[in-house]
Order: sequence, then C-alpha cells, then structure tokens
Amino acid sequence: MLEVKDLNVFYGGIHALKGITFSVREGQVVTLIGANGAGKSTTLRAISGLVKPRSGEITFMGQNLLQVPAHKIVSLGVSHVPEGRRIFANLTVLENLEMGAYTRKDKNLDEDLKRVFKRFPRLEERRRQVGGTLSGGEQQMLAIGRALMLKPKLLVMDEPSMGLAPLLVREIFSIIKEINEQGTTILLVEQNAHMALSIADYAYVLETGRIVTEGPAEELAKSESIRKAYLGH
Amino acid sequence: MTRTKSLLKVPVVMVALALLYLGLIAGFSHNPYYMQILNMAAINTIMAVSLNLINGFTGQFSIGHAGFMGVGAYVAAVCSVFYKIPYLVALLCGALAAAVVGLVVGIPTLRLKGDYLAIATLGFAEIIRVIIVNIQKVGGPRGFLGIPPYTNLLWTYLFAVGTVVVISNFVNSSPGRACLAVREDEVAAESMGVNATKYKVIAFVMGAFFAGLGGGLLVHLLSIAHPTMFTFLKSVDFLIMIVVGGQGSITGSVTAASFITVISEALRKFEVWRMLAYSLVLIMIMLTRPQGLLGGKELTWEGIVNVPGRLRRFRLPKVGGGRVGTTGH
Repeated sequence: MLEVKDLNVFYGGIHALKGITFSVREGQVVTLIGANGAGKSTTLRAISGLVKPRSGEITFMGQNLLQVPAHKIVSLGVSHVPEGRRIFANLTVLENLEMGAYTRKDKNLDEDLKRVFKRFPRLEERRRQVGGTLSGGEQQMLAIGRALMLKPKLLVMDEPSMGLAPLLVREIFSIIKEINEQGTTILLVEQNAHMALSIADYAYVLETGRIVTEGPAEELAKSESIRKAYLGH
Repeated sequence: MTRTKSLLKVPVVMVALALLYLGLIAGFSHNPYYMQILNMAAINTIMAVSLNLINGFTGQFSIGHAGFMGVGAYVAAVCSVFYKIPYLVALLCGALAAAVVGLVVGIPTLRLKGDYLAIATLGFAEIIRVIIVNIQKVGGPRGFLGIPPYTNLLWTYLFAVGTVVVISNFVNSSPGRACLAVREDEVAAESMGVNATKYKVIAFVMGAFFAGLGGGLLVHLLSIAHPTMFTFLKSVDFLIMIVVGGQGSITGSVTAASFITVISEALRKFEVWRMLAYSLVLIMIMLTRPQGLLGGKELTWEGIVNVPGRLRRFRLPKVGGGRVGTTGH
C-alpha cells in the first residue's frame, strides 16, 4: 500500500535519513521504532509532504506522493495523528472532530461521529467541552478520533504514547489494534518499542537515519539485541 | 438551534435593527456632532470587524489595516470626483481596489508569521501613505478636497450591518472553520487537509475589501481625504478595538468599536489630559479583562435572555473570570 524507496532527507547540512526503504502492506500494523533522533518523525514528515526529500521515492497505492502538496495527501486517504496530538485547543470536541472531516466531499458526518463516539465514549460525554481542557489521554483519543473522521485508508501515528500514563498507553494501544482489526492500515512510529512491538505485524528499527533491522514484530520482540537496546531487559 | 427558530430570527433581528436606526435618528439627528459620532462608530465597526477576521479569527497579526482603508478611500474619491461615478459604485471600486492590493500584498507576506508579518503589513501601510503623498493629482500632502458628502447614517449603518452579516456568515461557514483551524494550529490544520496559505489569503483579502469600503465611506462623510488619516496610529486604533472587544468575537468588535469611538469623544472635556484618560481607560479594561470585553465569545440572544439566571449565580469574578450575558459559540 505504501512503498518508501531509498529516501534521503537533509536538514541543511545534516543527513537525517540515509536511504531508508520500507513498505506497509494493506491491513497491517507496521511500526518504525528507534531512539530519539533516529529519523522516525522525519520519515513521517516526508510521507505527509511537510519536508521535501532530496532523493528517493514514496508511493501510496501506486501514486507518487512526492508530487502531491501536503494538504492534498490527506484527501488521498492518508490521515495523520501528529506528534504531541495537536488538537485545536479552543474548539470544542465536536468541532475538532468536524474539522477532521474537512476534506471529505460528502457531509454525512452523523454516522462517523457515532462511530467515533462509540469507540471513545469519553469524547461523547465531553463533546461540548473545548479541546484544551481535556486530559492528555482524552486529547490523544480526540486526535485519533479526528483522524478517523476522514475514513482513512492509511492511518499514520506519531508517538501516540507520548506523555501518557502507562495505563493509558495500554488503553490507547488496544484501541489502535481494534482500529486495525476493523480494516484500517496503520503506520506507527514509537519510542515505546515494547508496546509498539506488542501490537504490530511487522517492524523496522531505525538508528541514526538508517534501517538497521527489520522483521515480524514477534521475532524482533524476542531478538536478543533488540531486547537489550530498546526493551531494557 | 432548530431551523424554524433561526428562520424566525431573521425578521426579528431586522425589525430590531430598523427600530435601533429610527431611534438613533429620532434621538440624535438634531445635533450634527452626535450624528458624526454615530457615523464614525459605524465606520469603525466595519474596520474592527474586518480586522478581526484577519487577526482574531485567522490568527494573523496584521497592523496595516489603515493602509487598505487609504486605498479604498482614495480610489472611491477619485471615482466620485474625477469620473463622476455613482456613489455606491465608487464605494465598490474602492473596496475592490483594496481587495486587489490585499491579494498582491497577502500572497508574499502571509508566509511570514507573528512579528514578521506585523512588520511587513506596517511597512505596506506606510508605502501606501507615501505613495498618496506623492500623487499631486489627488492633492498629495495637502489632501484631496471637494469629495461629495454622500455618506449619511443610513449608508454607514447599512454597510456596518452588512459587514457584520457577511463576516459572521463567513466565519461560521466551512472556509471560516478552516481559518479557525489555521489560527488554532497551522500544522494540525495542514494535516487535516486545510490549505493554510489559501485561507490566510482569503481572510486577508476579505478584510482588505471591507477596510476599503470603510475608507470610501469615511472620505464621503468628511468630504476630504488626507494622507494623515491613514497612518500607523490609525491602524493601532483598530487593533485596540479588536483587543478591547476580544479577538475572535464579532459582537465584541462591534461593542468595542462603538464604545471606543464614543469614549474618545466623551473624554474631550479633559482637554490636554484626554489621551492620558483614554490610556487609563484602556489599561483598566486590559487589567480587568485581559481577554477583551467578550473574550472570543459572542453576545447572543440566548445569552441576553439568560442574564437574570446568570446574575443569580454570579460570584465576584477572579481576574479574567465572569462572563455575564455571553454564551459559548
């Protein structure tokens, strides 16, 4: 579904991505794990058109994404849950969700709102509350709900566990798994390798701009070197 | 709000506005000074509401609103005086010219953010002023005299109402939502598929259009246009109005524009102390309501009807608390 080939990104003189290649197959949860500064977020920024790579290819369902402006990539069915959630703090929960469906041509949002509220009952209780007053976990739910309003083919998530309590992280990840089981392909970028590997089908490990290991998530979770470097036991 | 209820609201509001207009005429038409203040309040309302669209709703910091006003003013005046174009068409020409200038200025400058955009818009307004000063045909630094005094309260009032209707409808429309999203978080808006630059430019051009309209009304009211009417300080006046009224609140802008117009006249009896007293009033407002009188909320019928209930629950507000007579949007 998504193919990234030999992607090179520079920030000024800094070579942030040194020729990475990976692919996401339809129906999978694929995760990119790695430490701070490994190039995880840069990869996502390149996919969503926010940075222009110097060379390489990104194709989504046969279409070259490098020639599509950032705001149009969304309407191809790639929805983004940005790092740090980035909800609209002064808009209500309902308005945030409506904003998520912004590029949709049909305006029958009721059904999708119901779907999102069924998955996140907490958001329904707080539909009239402004986004900034939600707790961290609720904001993350809102960010995911907002992305789902687009009925995406591919859901790209950047550090959904960031700043959340362990219990909430578990809840968010089980929701991500559920979303996937209902047919949305997911590309997940995480520092929390343990959680990411527990729900992913396939994983890539990034280190300073290169993919150093890849494989089925289950195998990586068992591999000795990965356990030492990222899982801490 | 049900559909029938909002349909009913339109004639009710129209009757209320007509009654207000007749009341103003009955109460003040005997005194040209009061009429002048009312006219200025209406023109300032147009200016404040249109600036609020750019600054309050789209989150761009423009301080060159007087520049657009100047463009509209001089183009409308030239149309009336040299080409004898009918009044309303001349106003429209002025507004369109300001909109075109807004487009030309907006496309390159709206890539800038915050302080940089402010400086660019300030520079633009100064350029407009200097250009006007150097065109002898329109009087240059002496000012442009002999503009027919077509503007009266009916026109300023109608245009002020029209501006409020158009801009509040825009804000509540789908492109208006996109503008709000850009204000809240540009990156998040882009990731929702909102073309941020496009909506910034749309808001900027619309704001410029109504500023140009305000300029045209003003010079046909005073029957003179002068470069000193469109200086940086004039832009600051409009900025003060939207900050006092609450950025992102249309009713706030209307309230503050009228309030500030009236208060700056009322303080004339302090003579040389006038500007000091004016500053004191502004400081007091900012100390007690740092988010502006309405602070991003709108004054609504429901809110006004609920005032007694709210007053009963009213406690002494903390700084920045208390919102009597307002409800969320």
